[in-house]
Amino acid sequence: MEKLSFRHATPGPLPGRKSQAITGVVASGNLEILLERVLEPTVCTVEIETPIRGYGDVWEAVIADFVARARPGGLRITINDGGARPDTVSLRLLQGARLMEV
Amino acid sequence: MIDRLADPTSASWYEASARARIDGLLDAGGFREFVGPEQRRMSPHLPLFDLPRAFDDGMVVGEGILDGRPVLVAAQEGRFMGGAFGEVHGAKLVGLLRAARQRKPAAVLILFDTGGVRLQEANAGETAIAEVMRAIAEVRALGVPVIGLIGGRAGAYGGGGLIAGTCSRLAVSESGRISVSGPEVIETNRGAEEFDSRDRALVWRTMGGKHRRLTGGADAFADDTVAAFRAAALNLIGRAPAFDLATLEAEQARLEQRLARFGDCREATEIWSRLGVNDPAAVPATTASAFDALLSGLGETTHDAR
Amino acid sequence: MNEWRRERAAREARIEAGRAQVEGKAEGKVVPADRVVALLEAILRPGDRVCLEGDNQKQADCLARGLVQCDPARVHDLHMVQSGVVLPEHLDVFETGIARRLDYSYSGPQGARIARMLYGGQIELGAVHTYLELFARYFVDLTPNVALIAGVSADRDGNLYTGPNTEDTPTVVEATAFKNGVVVAQVNEIVDRVPRVDIPGDRIDFVVEADKPFYVEPLFTRDPAAMTETQILIAMMAIKGIYAEYGVRRLNHGIGFGTAAIELLLPTYGERLGLKGEIATHWALNPHPTLIPAIESGWVRQVHCFGSEVGMDRYIRERPDIFFTGADGSLRSNRAFCQTAGLYACDMFIGATLQIDLAGHSSTVTQSRVAGFGGAPNMGSDPHGRRHPSDTWMKAGREAGGVGDPSLMRGRKLVVQLVETFGDGLVPTFVERLDAMELARKIGLELAPVMIYGDDVTHIVTEEGIANLLLCRDADEREQAIRGVAGYTEIGRGRDRAKVEELRGRGIIRRPEDLGIEPLDADRSLLAARSIKDLVHWSGGLYEPPAKFRNW
Repeated sequence: MEKLSFRHATPGPLPGRKSQAITGVVASGNLEILLERVLEPTVCTVEIETPIRGYGDVWEAVIADFVARARPGGLRITINDGGARPDTVSLRLLQGARLMEV
Repeated sequence: MIDRLADPTSASWYEASARARIDGLLDAGGFREFVGPEQRRMSPHLPLFDLPRAFDDGMVVGEGILDGRPVLVAAQEGRFMGGAFGEVHGAKLVGLLRAARQRKPAAVLILFDTGGVRLQEANAGETAIAEVMRAIAEVRALGVPVIGLIGGRAGAYGGGGLIAGTCSRLAVSESGRISVSGPEVIETNRGAEEFDSRDRALVWRTMGGKHRRLTGGADAFADDTVAAFRAAALNLIGRAPAFDLATLEAEQARLEQRLARFGDCREATEIWSRLGVNDPAAVPATTASAFDALLSGLGETTHDAR
Repeated sequence: MNEWRRERAAREARIEAGRAQVEGKAEGKVVPADRVVALLEAILRPGDRVCLEGDNQKQADCLARGLVQCDPARVHDLHMVQSGVVLPEHLDVFETGIARRLDYSYSGPQGARIARMLYGGQIELGAVHTYLELFARYFVDLTPNVALIAGVSADRDGNLYTGPNTEDTPTVVEATAFKNGVVVAQVNEIVDRVPRVDIPGDRIDFVVEADKPFYVEPLFTRDPAAMTETQILIAMMAIKGIYAEYGVRRLNHGIGFGTAAIELLLPTYGERLGLKGEIATHWALNPHPTLIPAIESGWVRQVHCFGSEVGMDRYIRERPDIFFTGADGSLRSNRAFCQTAGLYACDMFIGATLQIDLAGHSSTVTQSRVAGFGGAPNMGSDPHGRRHPSDTWMKAGREAGGVGDPSLMRGRKLVVQLVETFGDGLVPTFVERLDAMELARKIGLELAPVMIYGDDVTHIVTEEGIANLLLCRDADEREQAIRGVAGYTEIGRGRDRAKVEELRGRGIIRRPEDLGIEPLDADRSLLAARSIKDLVHWSGGLYEPPAKFRNW
């Protein structure tokens, strides 16, 4: 398994009160994402475990775009990957952020 | 058809995740998960095989309210490792059933979706199956019904099929399958002439929800919606049998009678025909309501055994 | 002897030799299956051009097995001219020397083996054609000496019922029978009277009653249960950004999951957008099971088919207002006519591909597989012979920058590539250089097997958005438009961000949000059917899916 982790500065907290959400399933071509509101509002971290090695730069780009778009301040995001394609990763991240905004 | 799709209570059980099934099954807002994903109680074995883990190890357990009454509920995620029993996965179900001995809920609901034991942690999985069956017997002996709901992608196979056999009552949908050995296992061991696993109509005729319901192996037939499974679960809790000698003797008698009556049948359709189904070939294509009507005209599909 | 009748005399000699082999065993034109090898050895001559009918659906498999068993000392160096190289026997004949040269169109399941045999020099390749191109050459320089074809039933005079999968048969027979060739048909059964005459008996010389029914593969069935949210998102963008935008009524769909998702969104998402009757009314298409909900909801006016699809026969029979059917009630398909319809009478082709390069060239060839083209290049090309206008065609023509007097303007056919940025196993769809070029170099092809040339492609739709190549004014804009929808592939990450934003400002790139589409709304509940069983319900029980698609 390859482990990756990213840390981004964010302008402020993600709106909403939900403290925790989980979306997706660990299956072939899919992934699960756990989002927890446990960090300072100016920080977002993303930790990834993936069986597909060598795609660190793609993950970096996907996560950077997600953070710029959703501004998920305060979230610790943890991903168990089952070999999802980047578009699926983006979609699940946005789904997760929406769940937290409730 | 379009109206049906717009109706949220019609969400497909087969397609829903374990968590979505629990959400739709229970009264809104009342579910409290035990050992939730944030605790990260993941499989200690899968990393040795370079396989990804899931935060809940494919088993969601907790307590909630069903139609105003407290229940304990466990749901398997059939898309993670085929819903297979690993060490953590199995221990969560065993723990839930043991908790039921103290809490005495109105029922324990098990939402099966499993191919059996996880090969990578087979010893732990096999042990868990045995522990679950014992725990179910203990819970039932205390008068708490254990209701199995089967309608997921993976069915209830292997140890999951054994556990299902120990439940008080089972509800199954058409896509649900209940068996111990899976189609591929039978074909591998006995040849395609004995059982052609690629003949999916044969697989469903032999192990699918309609067949299990017709032969009394399952006690309720649900349409493939979350709402239908909720209704079935409520109905079955209300008519769960006692767990006593009389029930076990009735079950033994039922199974002996079934063997005597159908033991020489080569095909599920022959069994259906002997049961009094006029047009057995048409059974797989019938809708849930037509199938219910068919059931009500047949004798042996409903019984007091188990 | 008249100088002008050599071919005719040769044909008569072949037929006489064939009859001699089945003397006393034949009844009328009917030859028993156990005489196939003797018959073929008698009528074939070394070096003959032979069409061993291999369609998408219908395979002359009994005759193929017979040809493989012929004695290579007697039958050798044949030149196979057939659209589909599909069965193992189609290539076995090249291993024994029975055949030497090949001109074909499509080789789906045999793609890897054909590549190996080309590389090993066992096959002398003429060319890989599109269907219409190969059919055209049947009448010019690739006319078969012998055609070995397949049908469902025949009478003793050779009148042939092809069944719903008529496909290539009329074209092959036309070229062979009217130019002094010999036609042998295998059928599943001999009957006193065929349900309808698809091929008149005087064009058939021998009929073989096959030992088992010809093999048919369900090639066009896409299980809705396997459709992903990404495919649904792409389908939503296509409907809103292309079908609605250009008012596309006459069209052809590819056979992938993306276009199947569009078919399933018409009665739901399309209905919500108020597009019923405005788009997707007239089709050149195989009878896709996923089109059933749109048909049942009244979206579809008519469908002409290349061939049929397994399990659709009863449904088609009960919907004669929609499909082309014979007096007997069953579907009448015809590949040559339907390809022509797709080329000239449709305003849009939309389908998937495996690789797209920076110029928009696309190919389904990978380094180890020569899958061939089939009909996609015919559908997916702008026909310069077209002369009738339509709003869709004219709008596309204007966007392509037509100048001068409007009455001298050419329209443009919409040729849309619908792809996900990554394919199975995280393989990128967008590449610097097509594998097809490497393959062509390796096996010495003069032309790389390009499925659709970049200058024919008008739009590329991915989960990232729509690139409108019609509006691009130079090669650089085109490249950045393609990079702009290539997502997280290397090609996509190599985009010039400022240029891409500029293209977006000009509507050359449109993101989901530019189209008013929220990606999180792309949900499976939007599909009119989420399983094969749902399709059966939509059809009122008339659709009978093959066993491998059942879960009941």
